[in-house]
Amino acid sequence: MQEHVLLLDLVFVSDPHLLSVVRAAIERLTEVYGFSPPECRSITRAVDEALANVIRHAYENRPGQRIEVSCKRISELVEGRQREALEIQMLDWGVPLDPRKLTARSLDEVKPGGLGLHFIRDSMDVVERRQVNGGNQLRLVKYHNGKVKDQRPQGA
Amino acid sequence: MQIAARRLDHATIFDITGHIDLANSPELRKTLLKELRENKTPRVILNLTGVRYIDSSGVASLVEGLKAARDQGLRFILFGLSPSAREVLQLSRLINIFEVHENEEQSLA
Repeated sequence: MQEHVLLLDLVFVSDPHLLSVVRAAIERLTEVYGFSPPECRSITRAVDEALANVIRHAYENRPGQRIEVSCKRISELVEGRQREALEIQMLDWGVPLDPRKLTARSLDEVKPGGLGLHFIRDSMDVVERRQVNGGNQLRLVKYHNGKVKDQRPQGA
Repeated sequence: MQIAARRLDHATIFDITGHIDLANSPELRKTLLKELRENKTPRVILNLTGVRYIDSSGVASLVEGLKAARDQGLRFILFGLSPSAREVLQLSRLINIFEVHENEEQSLA
């Protein structure tokens, strides 16, 4: 069985100064959703790093370009077990990211850059990229280990 | 992010507050490199007590500061790491590369 419930939709432009606004929204959403404080921080970090990649690489630092972030509560069957999760989908219409150029550096190297992908992969259970309606979609999923708070309105 | 400098005899302490992210990490990088390469302050200390968040571009700026300090034979010290700042340095396996202290007194000792 698969279930999707929309929790939060954000539409904003490619301005690095807006990243703190998105972080605040995602961190609060993960708190309300019942993730632990370290999980809230790591999910927020993953979203922030992914959006920074969109601004820097997909939009090549051009301001005013559209970015969408959609957060859903999902429930899906994973390896025979029903799992509750938070799904975060990001959509942009910039240059598709070239996986060959967007490679994480070795953590044994002490040099600037290349850490964002490590943070995303370390934080999330699912990281998927695909093309959707002419845009670039990144889908991040974090499974919930405890009882998820029901965010649906009464009577829904 | 706000940066305030306190200049002592043989050290400069940068009191940093706010979030270090893509919007302002170039400013941090510029400030650190100027202090290390032009002023050649023997000990550059970053007070991160008021920093709640550091992204990968912020970590990259810190690494550049560390490398500049090593090139000049200077010390580059961090103190007052929040849980989030500590996590990001641990995730990047850089926590042991930096000289990290608990407080200002230890950083100046």
